[in-house]
Amino acid sequence: MAFVKKEFLHIFRDYRTLIILFALPAAQILIFGYAVRTDLTNASLAVLDNAHDEVSNELILKLDASEFFDIRYHLTSYDEIDPAFKKGQIKAAIIFPEDFAGRLTREGNAAVSIIADGSEANNANLVTGYTTAILNDYSAGLTKQLTSAMPVIVPEVKMYFNPNLESHFMFVPGVITLILILISALMTSVTIVREKEFGSMEVLLVSPLKPWQIIVGKVAPYFFLSLVNVIVILLLAWFVFGLPVKGSIALLIAECMLYILLGLSIGILISASVQKTENAMFISFLGLMLPTLLLSGFIFPIENMPKAYDYVSLVLPPRWFVEIIRSIMIKGAGFSYIWKETLILVVMTLFFMFLSAKKFKVRLGEGGK
Amino acid sequence: MEREKVIEVEGLVKKFGSFVANDHLTFDVFRGEIFGFLGANGAGKTTAIRILCGLSRPTSGKVTVAGINANHPEEIKKRIGYMSQRFSLYDDLTVKENIELYGGIYGMTMKEILPRTEDLLTRLSFSQYGDTLIRSLPLGLRQKLAFAVAVFHDPEIIFLDEPTSGVDPITRRQFWEMIYETAAHGITVFVTTHYMDEAEYCDRVTIMNEGRIVALDTPSALREKYSSSSIEELFVKIARPKTETA
Repeated sequence: MAFVKKEFLHIFRDYRTLIILFALPAAQILIFGYAVRTDLTNASLAVLDNAHDEVSNELILKLDASEFFDIRYHLTSYDEIDPAFKKGQIKAAIIFPEDFAGRLTREGNAAVSIIADGSEANNANLVTGYTTAILNDYSAGLTKQLTSAMPVIVPEVKMYFNPNLESHFMFVPGVITLILILISALMTSVTIVREKEFGSMEVLLVSPLKPWQIIVGKVAPYFFLSLVNVIVILLLAWFVFGLPVKGSIALLIAECMLYILLGLSIGILISASVQKTENAMFISFLGLMLPTLLLSGFIFPIENMPKAYDYVSLVLPPRWFVEIIRSIMIKGAGFSYIWKETLILVVMTLFFMFLSAKKFKVRLGEGGK
Repeated sequence: MEREKVIEVEGLVKKFGSFVANDHLTFDVFRGEIFGFLGANGAGKTTAIRILCGLSRPTSGKVTVAGINANHPEEIKKRIGYMSQRFSLYDDLTVKENIELYGGIYGMTMKEILPRTEDLLTRLSFSQYGDTLIRSLPLGLRQKLAFAVAVFHDPEIIFLDEPTSGVDPITRRQFWEMIYETAAHGITVFVTTHYMDEAEYCDRVTIMNEGRIVALDTPSALREKYSSSSIEELFVKIARPKTETA
C-alpha cells in the first residue's frame, strides 16, 4: 500500500525520528545497565582502625577482598571522617574501637561502627547491608570455632530466579515497557497530529481512503519498528548483560505485540484529542512516560508505595506489562501464569481502541472549523 | 442547449449548534465550468466546500456531486480532487514519491502511475526535478505541482481551496493557465479565492456573505448589474457593509 510506504519514507528521511527509534533504546539499555545500578560493586570505604589487632586486620582484608568494597583510605583519626564524606570520596566509614580483639575474646562481643553516607539513602542501605553481612559471616565462623557446642541458626538465603540480585534483571523489562510506550504512543500521536497541523490530513480525508485505512497506514510502520526494537533490546540484553529469555520467546513477542497495540490506540486517542504536535508530546510524556517510570514497579517496587499509589498503578498498563515481561523473561513463566495480566491488557486495548474510534468519528462528522 | 450539471445544491443548510454556517444555499455547477466562490473569512465558503467534498454532512437540503448524493461521501471522494492552500505536498518526499503516493491513494496501479508521471513531468517541464525533495523547490513550483497531482487521477471535479494564497503574481498567472487547460479537458473547477482579480477569470462567480449566497452570475453580468467596474468594487458594495453592521 502506497500510504504505508510513504510513512516509512517519512521516518527514514527524518534522522531525528530515526535517532529516537533506534539510538534511544540502545542508549537506555546501556545507561540503565551501567550507570543506574541498584547493586553494589567496588564502593569506596574508609577504615579507621583504632585496634590494629589481628581480628580487625582480618576483617579489613575480608572487606577489601570482597567485590562489593574497595578500601580507599586508612584513616588515623575521627576528624578525617567528615572531610572524606564531604568530598564524596567514600560511601561509608568503618570504625574499629580500641582493643577490638581483646573485647571480643573477653566479653564475647564487640561493636564495629559503620557510618554510611545517608544523603544517598539507597546506597547507604546497600552498603550497611553488605558490610553487616560480611561481619556476620565472620562472627558466625568465630562462634563455630569457639563454642562448637552452642547451636547457631545460620540462614542460607537464596535469591530465586536471580541468584546474584543483578539489577539488569529489573531494568530490561522496564526498558522494554518504556521504549514500547514511547514509540507506539508518542510517535504515532505526534505523526498523526503533524498531518493535522500541515493540513495534509484534510487532503487524505478527501481521498477515497477510509479513515481507518489512514490510521492503520499511519501506525503500521510504528508497529513494525516497535517490534524490531523489542528484538534489538532483547539481543542487547543477552549479549551485553548475559540475560537470556527463560520463557517462550514467541509468547514474549506476542505479549509485546499486544502492548504495542495498546500503546498505538492510546497514541491515536491522544492525536484525536489535540491539535498541536507539542501538546501531543507533552501529554504522551507526562501521561505515559512518567507513570511508566515511576509507578510501574520498574524502578520503585509497588509494594513499598503508599496504598493510594498502588491503586493508581492498577489502571496503568505498564504495571501489568512489566509483570508479564518479568515473568516470561526471568521466571520462565508460561501463559497459564500470566493470563490474568494479559486479559487486563486486552480489555484496556479494546477500551482505548473503542474510545479513539469514537473520538475520531466525532471529529470527522463535525470536523474542522 | 441544456448543459450537464455536475454539482446540484438545493436548500443546503449546515448548522453548528445554533450557529448557521450555510443558510439555504442553492446553486448548480456545470461540467467543464470554472466556478468561483468568493466571500470574506467566516462567510461559510469552507463549510460549503467541506460538504461538497464529503468531509462534512449537511444538516438539511439536497446535495448531489458528480451525480451522487452527499450521503454517500465515499463514492463522491473517488470522483473528485482537492487541493488546499494550507498543504500542498509532503516536503520530505521527492516529486516522484508524492505523485506515486497520490496515485496509490486513488487506487491507481504502478503500471498506470509510471507512464503518467513521466508525461506529467514533461508537460510541466519538471523532468529534472523528479527526484528532488519537495522541500527544496520554490513555493510557486510546489503549488503548480500540487495542482497537477490533485488532477492526476482524472477527477470529474477539482476543488481548490484558496490555491494561490501567498504565491507571486507570475506563478498565479501560470497557475490559472493550468486551471484553464484543465477545464478545457472537461474537468470542472470549483475554486475559492480571496483575490478579487482572480474572480474575473472564472466563468461564474458566487459571492457569499454570512452563510448566504448574495450574488451568482458571470463576472460581466455581475459588474453590469451592480454597475461596478470590477468584482472587487462589487464585492465591497454587497458584502462589506453587512459584515460591518453585523
